[in-house]
Amino acid sequence: MKSYYLFSKDYHSEIRTRYAINSLIMFIIVAVSVILFSIGNERIPGNLTAGLYWVVIFFSAMSGLGRAFISEEERGTSMTLQLIASPSTVLSGKIIFNMILVFAMNIVITFIYSILFEEFVIHNHILFIINFILGNFGLAVSATIIAAIIAKAGSKGTLYPVLSFPILLPLILTSAKLTLFSIDGTAINDAVFELAIVACYDVIMISASYMLFDFIWKD
Amino acid sequence: MIWKLFLFLLLAFVSIAGIAFPIVKKPSAWYEFPLIPGLEENAKIIFFHVPTAWLTVIAFLMSTIYSVKYLRKKNLDDDAKSYSAAQLGIIFCILATVTGSVWSKFAWGSFWSWDPRQTSIFALLLIYGAWFALRSAIEQEEKRATLSAVYAIIAFITVPFFIFIMPRIMSGLHPGSADDTNAGPVVNFKMNSNMQLIFYLSLTGFTILYFWMWRLGYKSIILTAKSLLREQNKQL
Repeated sequence: MKSYYLFSKDYHSEIRTRYAINSLIMFIIVAVSVILFSIGNERIPGNLTAGLYWVVIFFSAMSGLGRAFISEEERGTSMTLQLIASPSTVLSGKIIFNMILVFAMNIVITFIYSILFEEFVIHNHILFIINFILGNFGLAVSATIIAAIIAKAGSKGTLYPVLSFPILLPLILTSAKLTLFSIDGTAINDAVFELAIVACYDVIMISASYMLFDFIWKD
Repeated sequence: MIWKLFLFLLLAFVSIAGIAFPIVKKPSAWYEFPLIPGLEENAKIIFFHVPTAWLTVIAFLMSTIYSVKYLRKKNLDDDAKSYSAAQLGIIFCILATVTGSVWSKFAWGSFWSWDPRQTSIFALLLIYGAWFALRSAIEQEEKRATLSAVYAIIAFITVPFFIFIMPRIMSGLHPGSADDTNAGPVVNFKMNSNMQLIFYLSLTGFTILYFWMWRLGYKSIILTAKSLLREQNKQL
């Protein structure tokens, strides 16, 4: 329950400044328009749109999710948080906040993609939704724990994508493949192994995050 | 001293044997290697490519083990050991990438083809690179040790995905891939006994070399830190 209060604190301060939301929306628009300009009048095949979809998701996540802990360090509130809440509560609150941000962001990206790219047509909706939920969950968890490391490393913003990319690579490769499957209309039975990989990734990442966060958070 | 002499002789023998022993169709003498269809003379690089790839993973494993030790005991010596292991790891990682892409040029026709194993060695290179970037970004020693230890552990738990799972789901060219008809590494199948002997000797030799270099590395890191501390004390 305490983590909910932490989340609502983050939510209210986000509503007041709207920093993450604005930068995310602008980033999505910029990234998609760069892709559209570089394509020109060409029609790109479905397997390319699946890859490009995850490129936009990765870089948008990197621009928006890194704020989670850096904002605490900048405002000098991390000491107070250490006093009033246990590390796992803090992590839960931040993960919930980032999770909602990731889901909102990816719904927007999916919407934009299905309008702008003719080949981005989902044939297997259930597979796409399962992959969407599992993939976003893993993305939010990994991004949060790396954000915590970055915040303690002195808010080095440029390091964030560098550190996150190798950690997220298994997730992105598998999720991009599953997106391709759902565009091709593959049956769920043929994609069980890939779904299991993404689910494993989520479980491993969330348990490792809770185990290791104490070391990052306590100076 | 005797260890170093032994290591020198072993690696000298492996290098000479690996490069100079002839490959013939029907090996009869002890120094002749069998002809493996599809590999021919290229097969010899296996004595150098596989040990470097193996040591890349061993170095990463040791770096993680000492990271865990550091987080438990908070002893900076463990951080030095982990750092030294990773330093060697990135060297072997680059060597494995280079020997691998040379081999792939002659065996498969191009230097790089995003085969699952190539993807995983690339991911390992990225992890090592990110780890060193993180270390260089932090000034304070304890903080650097803690954060890099945490990152090493998080990065290490993604490695099974690359090493064991990706090659099963992506189609690839390496032995052991999803669409591989041999269903097994070259090592178990087509090497004859003397080729296997040299292969395992090379693996042992490189591993001993690694441990020797690692000991030297972490000792020099600890000594440098100590002498810095002494100089600071003198100035005070």
